[in-house]
Amino acid sequence: MPAARETLEARARILRAVRGWFETQGFLEVETPARVRSPGQEVHLDAMPAGDGHWLITSPEYHMKRLVAAGLPRIVQIGKCWRANESGPHHRGEFTMVEWYRAGAPLTALADDCEALLRAAAVAAGRDPAALGLAAPFARTTVRELWARHAGIELGGDEDAGALRAKATAAGVAVGTATAWDDVFYQVFLDLIEPRLAAGGPTFVFDWPAPLAALARPKPSDPRVVERFELYAGGLELANAFGELTDAVEQRRRFEDESRIRAARGRQVYPIDEALLGALPDMPPTSGIALGFDRLVMLVLGARDIADVVAFGEEHDG
Amino acid sequence: MYDTSDIRKGLKIMIDGSPYTIVEFQFVKPGKGAAFTRTKMKNLLTGAVLERNLRSGDKLEPADVETKKMQYLYADADSYIFMDTTTYDQVNIPKATVGDSADYMPENINVDVLFFNARAVDVSLPNFIEQPVVEADPGHRGDTATGATKPVKISTGASINVPLFISVGDIIKIDTRSGQYIERVGRA
Repeated sequence: MPAARETLEARARILRAVRGWFETQGFLEVETPARVRSPGQEVHLDAMPAGDGHWLITSPEYHMKRLVAAGLPRIVQIGKCWRANESGPHHRGEFTMVEWYRAGAPLTALADDCEALLRAAAVAAGRDPAALGLAAPFARTTVRELWARHAGIELGGDEDAGALRAKATAAGVAVGTATAWDDVFYQVFLDLIEPRLAAGGPTFVFDWPAPLAALARPKPSDPRVVERFELYAGGLELANAFGELTDAVEQRRRFEDESRIRAARGRQVYPIDEALLGALPDMPPTSGIALGFDRLVMLVLGARDIADVVAFGEEHDG
Repeated sequence: MYDTSDIRKGLKIMIDGSPYTIVEFQFVKPGKGAAFTRTKMKNLLTGAVLERNLRSGDKLEPADVETKKMQYLYADADSYIFMDTTTYDQVNIPKATVGDSADYMPENINVDVLFFNARAVDVSLPNFIEQPVVEADPGHRGDTATGATKPVKISTGASINVPLFISVGDIIKIDTRSGQYIERVGRA
C-alpha cells in the first residue's frame, strides 16, 4: 500500500528544504553514475547486479571524490543507492542518500552542517525542532568514551582481535564465534552501547578505531583512531562522515585487503576503482559525509519503519 | 544446525543449554559492520525472556522440542497421567512438573505438553476453562469490603473467588493464568 499522502507531502517539503539549504551554503548539486563497474568495496556491503559487469552503486562516494579532485570544492548529491540483502525497519534495498563534500574544511564543519540540516528538515515538515530534541547543540563524544562509559572497556584501537575478544568477554558480552576485529566490536556495540545511544539525544560519535577506518584518514594526533564520525538520533544511525583519505598508496592497500577478505568469505569481489586511485593525489584535504534521507524523514515524522516514509516501501526490499 | 537466515517467529533453538523459542526478530546492520539479527526469545522451561544480537552467519543449534496434544486422565500418588490424543499412548508426568497449573486442570481437559529431549517439561492449559461449582457456602455473606466476593470450589479442589450470586451447579469461566473468575456461563 502506498504511504499516506500527508507523509509524502512532508517528505517532499523536507527534500525541498535540504536542497535549498545546500544552495544557500554554496554547494553545487551533482549527479554521478548509478551503474558502475566498481561499487563500494566494503567487506559487509553487497551490490546489486546491473548487467554487463556493472553494479548499482552502494554509495556515490567514488565518483564524487573524483569531482572534488577535479576542482569542485563543495558538492552535494541527493540520489538513490542500492544494497543487496538489507531489509529491516531501518534498511531497504533501495534508499535515498544525501552525500556532500567540503574541501578544506575540518570534520567538525560537517557536524555543524548536520545540526543545521536536521533543524531545517523539522521546520520544513512543520515540526518544532525543540520538541524533537534538535534545538540544543548535539552531544559530541568519542567511541572510546562510549566504550568506557557503557561497557567498562578500555578500547585502544591497536589491540589485536584476540585481545579485543578477551576484553568483550570480560565485560560479559557473548561474542559467539566472532573472531574478526570488527565483528567483536559490533557485538559489543549492539549489546551494550547502541541501546544507550538510542535512549539519548542526538549524538556525534567521533574518533573511530583504525580497524574501522574505511575511507577515513588517520587522526594526526593519535593514529590508533581515524577521522570519522557517526551521527545517532532518535535510535537511528543517521550519517557517517570521514576526513577523507587522499593517500593513494594507503587507499590501494585497504582496497586490496578488503578484496582479500571478500574472497576469503566467498563474497563477490569487485574490481578496484583505478580511476579513483588515480585521482586521489589531486584531491585536497576534504571532509565528506553520507546521510540517509529516508531515516531523516523517519526522525522528523517519528516513523518506526522506513517503509512508512517511502511511496512503495514494501517493494524496495533488498 | 540453523543459521541466522533461518530465524523466524516460533523457531526453537538452544542457547546456553536451554531451549528457547523466537518471539521477535529484526534485521540490524550497525555502522559499516556485519548484519545482525536482533532477537527476543523465550526460555521454554522458565518463560524468561532473553535478548540476543546474533551475527549473520552465526550457527544456531536446533532445540529438540515438540508439543503434543494430550488429554489429562487422572492422578496417582506422585504423577498425572496423560494420553496422546493422536496415538492414545499414555505418559506419566511428575506432579512437580505440572505445579500449580493442576488447580485448573480438571479431568479430561485437553492440554499441550512440551517435550524437551523426549521428556515432558511443561504442560500448557487453555487460557480459559469452564467448570461447574461443586462446593459453595450458601450462607456466606461475602467480603463486602473487597467488592462482595466469596470462595467456591471446582472439581480440582481449587478455590475461586466469585460474586455472591454464584451457587453450586453454576458453570463459571475461569482464567487459568490468573485463577480469576470471568463470568457465569450457565447451569450444570
